[in-house]
Amino acid sequence: MAVKLPIYMDNHATTPVDPRVLDAMLPYFGEKFGNAASRNHAFGWAGEEAVETARQQIASLINATPKEIIFTSGATESDNLMIKGIAEMYREKGNHIITQAIEHKAVLDTCKRLEKEGFEVTYLPVQKDGRVNLETLKAAIRPTTILITIMYANNEIGAINPIPEIGKIAKEHGIFFAVDGVQAVGKIPVDVQKDGIDLLAITAHKIYGPKGVGALYVRRRNPRVQLSAILDGGGHERGMRSGTLNVPGIVGLGKACEIAQQEMPTESKRMLELRTRLQKGLEAKLDEVFINGSMEHRLPNNLNMSFAYVEGESLLMGINDIAVSSGSACTSATLEPSYVLKALGVGEDLAHTSIRFGLGRFNTPEEVDYVIEKMAQVVTKLRELSPLYEMAKEGIDISKVKWQTA
Amino acid sequence: MAYSDKVVEHYNNPRNVGSLSKEDPNVGTGLVGAPECGDVMKLQMRINPETNVIEEAKFKTFGCGSAIASSSLATEWVKGKTVEEALSIKNTDIVRELALPPVKIHCSVLAEDAIKAAIGDWKKKHGMEVPVAEKAAH
Repeated sequence: MAVKLPIYMDNHATTPVDPRVLDAMLPYFGEKFGNAASRNHAFGWAGEEAVETARQQIASLINATPKEIIFTSGATESDNLMIKGIAEMYREKGNHIITQAIEHKAVLDTCKRLEKEGFEVTYLPVQKDGRVNLETLKAAIRPTTILITIMYANNEIGAINPIPEIGKIAKEHGIFFAVDGVQAVGKIPVDVQKDGIDLLAITAHKIYGPKGVGALYVRRRNPRVQLSAILDGGGHERGMRSGTLNVPGIVGLGKACEIAQQEMPTESKRMLELRTRLQKGLEAKLDEVFINGSMEHRLPNNLNMSFAYVEGESLLMGINDIAVSSGSACTSATLEPSYVLKALGVGEDLAHTSIRFGLGRFNTPEEVDYVIEKMAQVVTKLRELSPLYEMAKEGIDISKVKWQTA
Repeated sequence: MAYSDKVVEHYNNPRNVGSLSKEDPNVGTGLVGAPECGDVMKLQMRINPETNVIEEAKFKTFGCGSAIASSSLATEWVKGKTVEEALSIKNTDIVRELALPPVKIHCSVLAEDAIKAAIGDWKKKHGMEVPVAEKAAH
């Protein structure tokens, strides 16, 4: 079967909107345009009803209650709100926050800002497999610790943290546990009760919903979590997030959660099959490829591989009919290779050669086969062009060469 | 990032890919850059000691498309030139020819360094004095 080009395999960056989600949203751009906060007419009621349905759909996916869901503009806002909201509200209790090195920038930069405001932040290192070590975490806890914020699964390497264990530790110490669940929710089972999560950030566009809408789960009992708002205004969302609700977006997020919940058992199995096919296919055709991050605790749709001796950006240029991303410095704005891979202890030379494959709902086995063929072809061609590959084949240890660096 | 047509053309059809014998007394080898920086260029030239003309040039590059294009272009430009003419090639000439954006200027600098390093290596083999610029590289 011929595949349609280009192939999208960058589903950790964003996902296409599922047609079923779009269908659910469309009426709310049209005749059902009401403001969900308008309490005294049918237009408002229709909006409110749609929002409450979405709240229910989201809550159901993560085993929460609808009242514990508040809507935001997306994951960046949810991450900011859960961390800054706790920090400000509980500042008198303590000023210490624990996070880890390979969080998303929405978490890391929020923590850095709080440091400037007098908070102390511990950035835990991660193990070689990209996961947090529980003993290291325990050792970092202080009497002044008010918040632990650790991502459920990493966006570059798909490594899944021991969330239930961390939740237990947090609870034992009476510390709030906030989780960036962006890559995990809808892909693997996330249960705020079993996992002991107090706050959970979610976004729609990673689960086949629209961009610009997200949610934050805020625990209401055991313990009851209170947040200081970031935005001042009409006091929507129980005072935690003012602003007129994005009704079509919220409807889309709800529908996306509903579909994810229904299809997760079959879909996660299918993702794993595609991922295994991709990994085995690449390993069969190419030598010196290395997997970054845990294979045991990993999102089923993620594969992150280093293709030694081939620089990532030149590889992306060669596979220009396939959309993936690279940890190479040249593809980032900072000209630094991926801080995630660096934290794992991946050498900078290999970090420059890494490719992240993010499989998704609309990928097929035929597409995976095309990607394998194309990758093998381009990597082989670029290795012919690579002085490092030539040196390695001559038996020269590249790590021992004295490079003339600026 | 969008690449210029010329970068894409060199990337798709790199000129003079390959290696010359490092042991050959008439071959100068320049190896510049470092793997952890994401760029390594190897540029080799066979230079006629009678005429000082670069008769053959080969390259291999680990790096982005602009780095590959810069070194491919460098081999094209040095071929048939005398050593002195080749040394007058400036990185800004490469930037102009390939329409490199500011973030890719270092690729052209590396190519200029590779030319100088290769010629420096050849001069050393022939007992000539090597100016500092032709010894060191980035």
